[in-house]
Amino acid sequence: MQMRRVVVTGIGAVSPFGCGFERLTEGLLTGRSAVTYCSALESVGGLRSQIAALVPTLDAKAIPRKFRRSMSAMSIYATLAGQEALTHARLDAAACQDGRTGVVIGSTVGSTLTTEEFFIDYLADHSLERMKSTLFFHIMNHSCASNVAQALDIRGRLLAPSAACSTGCQAIGYGFEMIAFGKQDRMLCGGADEFHPLTVATFDVMHAASINFNATPTRTPRPFDRDRDGVVCAAGSGILLLEELELAKARGANILAEIVGFATLTDSSNIANPNPAAMTECMRLALADAGLEAAAVDYVNAHATATEQGDIAEAQAIHELFGARVPVSSFKGHMGHAMAASGSLELAGAVGAMQRGLIAPTLNLEHIDPACAQLDHVRQPRETQVNLMVKNNFALGGVNSSIVLRRYPA
Amino acid sequence: MTEQEVVALINSSLAEEFELELEDMDADADIFDDFGLDSLDIVDMVIVLESAFKFKIREEQAIRKIRKLGEIHTFVLGKLNETEQAS
Repeated sequence: MQMRRVVVTGIGAVSPFGCGFERLTEGLLTGRSAVTYCSALESVGGLRSQIAALVPTLDAKAIPRKFRRSMSAMSIYATLAGQEALTHARLDAAACQDGRTGVVIGSTVGSTLTTEEFFIDYLADHSLERMKSTLFFHIMNHSCASNVAQALDIRGRLLAPSAACSTGCQAIGYGFEMIAFGKQDRMLCGGADEFHPLTVATFDVMHAASINFNATPTRTPRPFDRDRDGVVCAAGSGILLLEELELAKARGANILAEIVGFATLTDSSNIANPNPAAMTECMRLALADAGLEAAAVDYVNAHATATEQGDIAEAQAIHELFGARVPVSSFKGHMGHAMAASGSLELAGAVGAMQRGLIAPTLNLEHIDPACAQLDHVRQPRETQVNLMVKNNFALGGVNSSIVLRRYPA
Repeated sequence: MTEQEVVALINSSLAEEFELELEDMDADADIFDDFGLDSLDIVDMVIVLESAFKFKIREEQAIRKIRKLGEIHTFVLGKLNETEQAS
């Protein structure tokens, strides 16, 4: 079956660096850290990690109340990022209303903050009499996708993958496949997540949250570093507009990159601990999907959350497939781990760097862990033309995902 | 609470909930056409009024017929009078 080619023509981002794709790229390339002390975490008993990478205050009222009333913070981030992606693509909103443009945006869970607020009220007297009509729309699992589709009047397919840290990567992959198979012409794809102390707690109870840098937050997380001590939670949304190549060319779109391969697979060996063989297989399948050999790849954007098990397993997996030849970096050191948004935010940042002829480095990588040392770690912005990159995201629950992205024109 | 205070509390409560301008809170305003409210908002309007005036009105059929802000004023004033007489 002849597959259609799929390109990226618009990118939007709401990240710990602020609103906008440019801010994201600049933050990554200038080596800034968006990690800060987070006083909200003090109030949670037993929580040792007190840092996070939060989205700065933004103007949510840019979204009309009619649409905003059903949105928690994650949907607001996704909507602002989605609007930016369409604007960036110079795509007329009317072009999204014929059912050939769809949305695939996921989050880890629905809004934890709204859920918490509801139960605080509900548990006082078990009464539903004060329950607002829009509550469900904040906490349903497809909250971000539905809210973006409503706000932007997009009428094609709607899908809301929920695969924790693989969500954003999967969303782009599924959007790519829908266009490649001719089911849709355009897809607004990505992930979103908002901050809540319980997200940090999720990692802390597994001893996977950073706890040693509360007084020096910008020094963590530390992907691949000897002194890494775990995840720093973040919030935000990265949204990419994917289009079928010929349609994009016909309307004179500025093509930013081409998606050429995608794979996702389940590592059933353990629900929490990653298996390097499964990671290698995921990257191998993504390259096979693209019809390319590992030798063609000239950059890997790693998931690398700065946990001992994750970093070492991924370093082994990358080395198994690419040896020491391919430059590797992770963006978690700059902006923490935005969960469901991490894949799409990081891919967005990698495209931004690629367009400038640079590879953005891994921040806070000072002393490479000997167990991760077999790779070509990028530690300063590196001037080079990236023609083909692999983007990895690996999630708790055993959900592995990889995307292969090519510079356009190749 | 005087009638004027009741009207002021209704207006300020609805203005805050639905992000309306206080100067637009005209009794003749149509809450659907002029304020852009819909059926979801009416559910929340009832909750806002119940919270502001400490009464229960969600089962009142009269609410379903309301279109103008002035009709909300009249309804709430009537309900408060009714409650006062009953107590």
